[in-house]
Amino acid sequence: MDFQYTDEQLMIKDMVRKFAEEQVAPGIEERDEKEEFPVDLWNACAELGLVGITFPEEYGGLGQDYVTYSLVVEELSRVDPSLGVTVSAHASLCANPIYMFGTDEQKKKFLPPLATGQKMGAFGLTEAMAGSDASGTRTTAVKEGNEYVINGSKVFITNGYYADTYVITAQMDKEKGNKGIAAFILEKDTPGFTFGKKEKKMGIRSSATYELVFENVRIPEENLLGGEGNGFKVALQTLDYGRIGIASQAVGIAQGAYEAALKYSKEREQFGQPISNFQITQFKLADMAMQIEAARLLVYEACSYASKYDRATNYYAAMAKVFASETANKVATQAVQIFGGYGYTREYPAERFMRDAKITEIYEGTSEVQRMVIAANILKD
Amino acid sequence: MNIVVLLKQTFDTEAKIVISGGKVDPTGVTLVINPYDEFAIEEALTLKEAQGEGSEITVVTAGGDVAEQALRTALAMGCDKSILVSDEALDGADEWAAAEAVAAALKDVEYDIIFAGRIAVDDASGQVAVRVAEALGIPSVSSILKFETDGTVATVTREIDGGNEIIEVPLPAMLTAQKGLNEPRLPNMMGIMKAKSKPLEKKDLAAVGKAAGDVAAKFVIDSVSLPTPREAGTILKGEAAETAPELVRLLHEEAKVI
Amino acid sequence: MANGIWIIIEQKDAVMKKVSFEMLSEGRKIADQAGEPLTAVIVGSGIAGLADEAASYGADKVIIIDDEKLKDYTTGAYTSVLNQAISSGEPSAVLIGNTAIGKDLAPRLAQRLGVGAATDVVEVAYDADKLLKFTRSVYGGKAVTVTSTEVRPVLATVRPNTFAVSEPDTSRKAETVNGSADIDPADLKAVVKEIVMATSTRPELIEAEIIVSGGRGMKGPENFAILEELADVIGAAVGASRAAVDAGWREEMYQVGQTGKTVSPTLYIAAGISGAIQHLAGMGTSKYIVAINKDPEANIFTLADYGIVGDLFEVVPLLTEEFKKLQ
Repeated sequence: MDFQYTDEQLMIKDMVRKFAEEQVAPGIEERDEKEEFPVDLWNACAELGLVGITFPEEYGGLGQDYVTYSLVVEELSRVDPSLGVTVSAHASLCANPIYMFGTDEQKKKFLPPLATGQKMGAFGLTEAMAGSDASGTRTTAVKEGNEYVINGSKVFITNGYYADTYVITAQMDKEKGNKGIAAFILEKDTPGFTFGKKEKKMGIRSSATYELVFENVRIPEENLLGGEGNGFKVALQTLDYGRIGIASQAVGIAQGAYEAALKYSKEREQFGQPISNFQITQFKLADMAMQIEAARLLVYEACSYASKYDRATNYYAAMAKVFASETANKVATQAVQIFGGYGYTREYPAERFMRDAKITEIYEGTSEVQRMVIAANILKD
Repeated sequence: MNIVVLLKQTFDTEAKIVISGGKVDPTGVTLVINPYDEFAIEEALTLKEAQGEGSEITVVTAGGDVAEQALRTALAMGCDKSILVSDEALDGADEWAAAEAVAAALKDVEYDIIFAGRIAVDDASGQVAVRVAEALGIPSVSSILKFETDGTVATVTREIDGGNEIIEVPLPAMLTAQKGLNEPRLPNMMGIMKAKSKPLEKKDLAAVGKAAGDVAAKFVIDSVSLPTPREAGTILKGEAAETAPELVRLLHEEAKVI
Repeated sequence: MANGIWIIIEQKDAVMKKVSFEMLSEGRKIADQAGEPLTAVIVGSGIAGLADEAASYGADKVIIIDDEKLKDYTTGAYTSVLNQAISSGEPSAVLIGNTAIGKDLAPRLAQRLGVGAATDVVEVAYDADKLLKFTRSVYGGKAVTVTSTEVRPVLATVRPNTFAVSEPDTSRKAETVNGSADIDPADLKAVVKEIVMATSTRPELIEAEIIVSGGRGMKGPENFAILEELADVIGAAVGASRAAVDAGWREEMYQVGQTGKTVSPTLYIAAGISGAIQHLAGMGTSKYIVAINKDPEANIFTLADYGIVGDLFEVVPLLTEEFKKLQ
C-alpha cells in the first residue's frame, strides 16, 4: 500500500490547480450571482482532457484510474464546485453507463465525442415522484416498430439543456416495478425532447439544472442501453461510480473552504494577534484538516475498487460519499465561523462553499440512502 | 526548424523564503518553471505548430535532479526532447558558469532559434540566456514582445524604456521573452501522459566537454539575508474628507516628499 | 594599479538619462574611497557635447565613442566597442544602468570579457579590504544577497532611482579622449528597423520620482482617469498591478511587479492594490509607500508608510484637490 501520487498524478494535480486558479476563479462570484453556466470553461476542461479520464484510449479517453479522476474533480471543486459537478455528471453519469452497459456499436458511436468533450453528457433518472425510490418512475417507453416512444419528464438534471447526449430511464411495464425500467441514450434535438424549468438553487448555482420534457420522443431501438428491464440496474451501478465524483467534489469543497479559512485566520487580527494564535481556532483548523484527509482517503479507497470495476465499489463509494459530503458541510460551516461576520457575506468565499456543500448530501443518493446501501452491504450475508 | 528553449526551475513566486546555513532553504518549497520561461516555451510551441512537420523543440536546463520535473512539464506542454545538465561542480554556479555549461551542452544540438525567459524570478539576474548567445557566437535580442520569422530572419518587437523597437535579426539567434509575448498554455492530460516517454537526457560536465575548473564561478555570494522589515506606518481611518487632507499634510510636512 | 571606476553613460538623442547622473554621483564617491579615477564612457552618435556634463557630475576622464552606427543601441555594436575600450583601459569596476539597455548589454559584455556581473544592484560599498560589495534584491524582494568578486573588471548594473544625484560642479573639467568605434561586422547582425516611443508626457516608470499605481480596486479602465489626474498634479508616472494589466485595463509596459517593472521611486502611491507578494517584489524598495484600500486587512498596509482605509474613488480626487492647494 502506497499513499503517494504518481509523478503523472502530481503533474495533473498541478495543471488542474493552475487552470482552476487562473482561469476558473476569475468571475466565480458573478457566475454564482447570475446563475450562469460557463460554456467556455467546459470547453477549456475538454481541451485539457479532463472530461474522459477513465475511459480506454480506443474510445477517446485517457485510460487513467479513478484516483486521477477524483483528484481532477477535487481540484476543480476546490475552486468551483459547480464546474466540478459538471465534469462529474458528464463523465460518471452519462459516459460511464454507456461504457459499462453499451454495445460495441453504442460505445464506438457515443463514447469518443463524450470522452473528448466534443459533446457533453447528462443523466435523467430523477422524477418529481421518483427520487430515492426509482420505482416511482412515471416516464414511459413504449416500443413501436423499431423505435421506443418516450413520454414524461425528469427533474433536477445536471447539465440539462447544455448537454448533447442524455442517458435516461423510463418505465416499460409498470407491473414489473423496477424490473420494468429501461435505459436509453437520447440525443439533444430529437423531436419532442425539450427543456422545462431551470432550477434556481441554493448552491452550485453556475451548474445547469433543468427539467427534461419528453412528448412522443422517438428513440431508435439501437439506443436502448443495457436491455429492456435492466434500466434500474444501469441506474444503480451508474450511481455507484457517480458517487465517487460527488465525494471528490465534496472533498474539493472542504479543501477550498479550509484553505480560505486557514489563510484568513492568519491575517485576521483580534485582541492584538492573528486569530490563528488562539487555541480555539487551531483546534477548529486541526479538525478540518483531519476530516478532509480521512474523507480523501476513503474516496481513494473507493477509487481503487472503481478502477477495477469491482462490485465492492457500491459499498465503498457509498461510504466515501456520505463521509465526504458530511465533511464538506462541517468544514464549510466551520470556515464561515472562522471568518465570522465576513464569512456570512458574499465578499468572501466561505458562504459560497457552505451553500455549495449542502447538495453533496442530497444528490446522487441522499446521505440516508447511502447509509441504506452501506447497511445492506454489511447485513447481506 | 530546430528550436531550443532554455529553462530554469524556480521557486513558486508565493514561496516563503527561509534562510538556513547561510543559504536559501528549498525545503518544502513548490518548484515551478520560471514564469518568463513559460513564455519562451509557448513561443517555441507556436512556432513549431506554424512550421508543421519536421520541427522539433529541445528544452535545456541546468540544475539538480529535481529539475527533471520542470523538463517533464515542458515536455508535457509539447516540447519534444530535453537535456538536463547536472553536475555537483555546478553547485554555486554563477551566471558565467551556468552559461558556459549550457552553451557547451548546445554544441551537440542543432538549432535555428533559441528562446529563453528574459529573467528568472529567483535570483533575478537576467544574464544566462544572453551570455549563452555570446558563448555560442549568435546574436540575441532581449525582452521581446512579438516574434515573426520567415525561417531565415526573425522580426521581433523588443521592449525598451518608454516604448518598443522593431529589430530584424538573422537566425540562428537567441530571443528572450518578456511578459506580453503570449499566453502560455497549460499542459493537457494527453501531453502529461506522453511526456513520460519523451527523451530526457542527463549530462554531467564531462559529457558536455567541460571540466569543473572551466565553470568556476566568477562571482561569490558572500551573504544571504532577509530584508529588514519596514516599520509600521501611519494608517488613517475615517471619512475621506478628513483622511485625504491629513495624508497630504503628512507627505508634505513629515515625509517631505511633495 | 587599477584603472578606476567606469560609468557607462546612457543617453538618448544626446540627452543623458537620469540613471547616468545617479551613477556618476555614486561613482564619484566610490572612486574617492578607493583613490581611483572616475571615467565616463559615452557611446552614441553626436554625443561629444556630453563630456562637460559628465565632468560636472564627477568624471575625471571621459571616453567618447562616437559613430553613426552607434546612434541607436544594438547589443552587438555596443558590446563590440565597449569590449575594446574596457579591454584596453582595464578599469577595476564598470557601472551600467539597469535599464532596458543595461540589462541587455551587461551580460553580453561580461561574457565577452570573461567576467562576472551583478545586475540590478541596490547598494555598492567597499568592504575593509577595498573589495566592492554589491547588494541585490532576490526572490522578489524576499531576500537580499551581497556578492563580490576578485575578478577584474567587475561589472554591475544599478537600479535606477537608487542613488542620489549630487550637485553638478561646472568648474570641473575632465580629460576627454576618443575611443575606438571599430565594430566587428559579426556584431552588426541585428538591425533596428523602427523605434516607437509611447506618447506620454509623464515620466518613464523606472525613473519616475513618484508613481501612482492602480489595481483591481480600480474596477475598470475608465477609472484610471482619476489616477492620471492625480499623477499630473504631482508629476508622477502611472503604474498598474498585474490584476489591472491582466484585466486589460492598462498596457503591460506599465505593470509593476515581479512579472513587470521593478521600480524604486521616492513615493509610491498604491490605489486599490491588495499587495500581492508579486506586486511588492516590484516596488518594495520605494522610499515611501502610500496605500489606499477599502479593505483594512489588505496586505499592502503591512508595507505602507502611510495608508488610508477608504474608498479610493472618494479619496483619490480629494488628494488631487489637496495637492493642487500646495502648488
